[in-house]
Amino acid sequence: MDNVTTADEHVPHAEHGHDGHHELSFLQSYVFSLDHKVIGIQYAITAMLFLLLGFTLMMIMRWQLAFPYTPVPVIGGLLGQNNAQFIAPEFYNSLGAMHGTIMVFLGVVPLAVGGFGNYVLPLQIGAPDMAFPRLNMASYWTFFCGGVVMFASFFVPGGAANSGWTSYAPLSVIATEGQTWWLVGMIFLITSSLLGSVNFIVTTLQLRAPGLSFMRLPFFVWAQLVTSFLLLLAFPPLEAAGVLQLMDRVAGTSFFMPAGLVTGEGPLEISGGGSPLLWQHLFWFLAHPEVYVLILPAMGIVAEVLANNTRKPLWGYRVLVASVIFLGFMSFIVWAHHMFMTGMGTTMSSFFQTTTMIISVPSVVILSAFLISLYSGSIRYPVPMLFALAFLPMFAIGGLTGLPLGLTAPDLHFHDTYYVIGHFHYVVAPGTIFALFAGIYFWYPKATGRVMSELLGKIHFWGSFISIQFVFTPMFITGLAGMNRRLYDGGLEYAHLQEVVGWNATMSYGAWALGFFQIFFIFNFFWSIRNGKKVDDNPWKATTLEWQAPSPPPHGNFTSPPEVHRGPYEYSVPGADKDFTMQGEADPAKA
Amino acid sequence: MSGSHDTEHHISAYKKVAGALAVLTVVTVLASYVEVGVALGIVLALIIASAKGSLVASVFMHLKDEKSLWLTGTLVLTVVFWFVLMLIPIMGRMDNIGTYKPLPNANAVPYVPH
Amino acid sequence: MEIPYTVAERPDTGVNNVKLGIWLFLASEVMLFGGLFSTYVILRLGGTDWPLGSDILSVPIGTFNTAVLIGSSVTMVMAHASLKLNQFDQFKKYMGLTVVLALVFLAVKSYEYYDKLSHGDLPSATTFLAIYWTMTALHGLHIIGGVVVNGYFWGPGSKMFHTKPEMFANRVEAAGLYWHFVDLVWIFLFPVLYLL
Repeated sequence: MDNVTTADEHVPHAEHGHDGHHELSFLQSYVFSLDHKVIGIQYAITAMLFLLLGFTLMMIMRWQLAFPYTPVPVIGGLLGQNNAQFIAPEFYNSLGAMHGTIMVFLGVVPLAVGGFGNYVLPLQIGAPDMAFPRLNMASYWTFFCGGVVMFASFFVPGGAANSGWTSYAPLSVIATEGQTWWLVGMIFLITSSLLGSVNFIVTTLQLRAPGLSFMRLPFFVWAQLVTSFLLLLAFPPLEAAGVLQLMDRVAGTSFFMPAGLVTGEGPLEISGGGSPLLWQHLFWFLAHPEVYVLILPAMGIVAEVLANNTRKPLWGYRVLVASVIFLGFMSFIVWAHHMFMTGMGTTMSSFFQTTTMIISVPSVVILSAFLISLYSGSIRYPVPMLFALAFLPMFAIGGLTGLPLGLTAPDLHFHDTYYVIGHFHYVVAPGTIFALFAGIYFWYPKATGRVMSELLGKIHFWGSFISIQFVFTPMFITGLAGMNRRLYDGGLEYAHLQEVVGWNATMSYGAWALGFFQIFFIFNFFWSIRNGKKVDDNPWKATTLEWQAPSPPPHGNFTSPPEVHRGPYEYSVPGADKDFTMQGEADPAKA
Repeated sequence: MSGSHDTEHHISAYKKVAGALAVLTVVTVLASYVEVGVALGIVLALIIASAKGSLVASVFMHLKDEKSLWLTGTLVLTVVFWFVLMLIPIMGRMDNIGTYKPLPNANAVPYVPH
Repeated sequence: MEIPYTVAERPDTGVNNVKLGIWLFLASEVMLFGGLFSTYVILRLGGTDWPLGSDILSVPIGTFNTAVLIGSSVTMVMAHASLKLNQFDQFKKYMGLTVVLALVFLAVKSYEYYDKLSHGDLPSATTFLAIYWTMTALHGLHIIGGVVVNGYFWGPGSKMFHTKPEMFANRVEAAGLYWHFVDLVWIFLFPVLYLL
């Protein structure tokens, strides 16, 4: 770094005691920053923009489902010549594929891991920064490049990838050019995740403050640690698979292409000999652990918010930690439950059905521990707590509806129906994303020194909570009736769906209402930066280390190196003079 | 940090391993010319490659002297999941889909009413 | 506050940041190549027949390249050991040799590729050639990465030896671990592609 010093920039030098400190240019402090907090915020803002984009794609899709073959109002003119009359089928497919890709790989994971992990994790373990700050910056900018490639793919001939977010071969191999962009974008995103996960693991293991033993780590840190291991070991096989599919598309190989493939234009000129099932294996080898990458950080956030607002310790901390580790381990050997319908054989199906039933146990243990934590607490209800409380039943619905899908016999009926869509959206949307909202409301005062508006937050919560039920509950009904996912007109052409197609409009109104209530959040988020109520360093009266740092924390995070004297959730300790004892507080008996 | 005595000890180990790797490379090439059939040939080649790989990992990469449980634990975990990954091809062929399978009761004694 | 344990070992984990970081990276690389080896097995088992590698590829050239790469691994450990013994000139010599051997490997590999290309043996021709090209090219990319890193430590990066010798030795060790891993992958690739 250059030693850039500008005289007119006012920075109080007394606060930055250590040698070699120098002021940074605008680019160094806000764009190519090495500070984990700035990178965390960069991740979070980028991810939230992508979440908004992914959600917008879905709101456009829902118009075609609710009112098939009618022009899209308001933004119809922006969708191009092909979609002027109504949404073209291939564009609908692009919307669906990109909605999934953007939401998972560019929205939720970067926000949960890149955003919250980067911002909160080093603070919670009392570290001055991440272990490898340059790697951290590289990770963000690799992610950014991946996002740009994905976004740009909408404008290539043939539009963005349209073979679903799972990109099953051989369809994806013969798809339009957008698929190649998708693969390149994925390779960027995977590389970014790898760099990030190495950094998270090293930071967690190596930079813990003195006294912060593993059994004193906040649950959020445990969740992030397990998540990082999942990213580290599960993502590379998909990177390999992405390279192979890229070879299939660009170099004309046949890794995923069996011999004798015939399309509408006649037999394909390929050498053949490949295996389409191989793609599914390699994809789901990543994508099942990916499900836990989505849910574990959310559980971590919920744990922090619950303990803080029930004013009592989290119930069963050790059980929670054991469960989250077991969950991480098991998530590597359940992937083929996505593939019961591929004809891979009953021996395999039985094995994966069994492991799937086993993995539901630690999930239930975690959820039960959260529920028991509520028991006999004197609960406060600020906005983050509302979102965290909503997470519990929503995740329970999502999780329990997953059980029939994990059994081979009912899966024959449910596979690829809206029931599946309802199931995983209950896990991810009112589950994970609500937990992420809880996290944003919860840690906002740490990042800005101000709280977000309580009133707007409550409107946002109740509006979202109610309208989201209208989006996803009807999916169970239409799915049970046999409505397939990815149907361009929502099943209008099928005789057996005539009684349920009406629900499509209900779901669409729900989705648009959900979109409307996000306006309150967006406004609140930006408005509160300047106009939110100013608060002190620990507005929620929390115990973990990040609340010991100033708000917002300076470069290097802590004014004095923190030292840890106790576990993470010492709320309402009998005999204490206040109802929370911070981890960094020395024991009065010893002092 | 280890002292210079340790390092000299290491260097003599490096030289031995270098010799072993050279010998094993020659052995694996020669073995491939011996007519033992495909299956045994694969087994032999993989045994020799694993031996070479272990030498590199344990001596050149100092895993022999590694004491950090977190590091070795992570590597063990990786190896476990690596084997899971390598099971994919075998799993795909488990049920002999498409081959004839007699039903379990096909050879049962037919029921004859008295 | 400075970031702790960049050089010294943390007592309760027994490693420093750099070493743990590079090993985690290598763990992910194991899974990356694992996916490709898995693909190789599935393609081979799924094929009606599979060619003998030595009928398509040149075993002498492959053996030569194996020897070159193993040799570069040996010079790499010697470079690190020289740093430990505080012999900077020896380090320069061995590190330079490592880079040269890596370049020899790449040159030989390029000749092999050129030979294949001129005979029309493109990846699209057969499944064997597809997996051969993909695996060796990905491995080759790793070699190029190693050349860049090792070249940096041989050239401009080596100045660090005079200011922070211990940190420099650590970084060279990390580069070495990566380099041995690349060698290790080739130790498996060679028999799998050339001999079986």
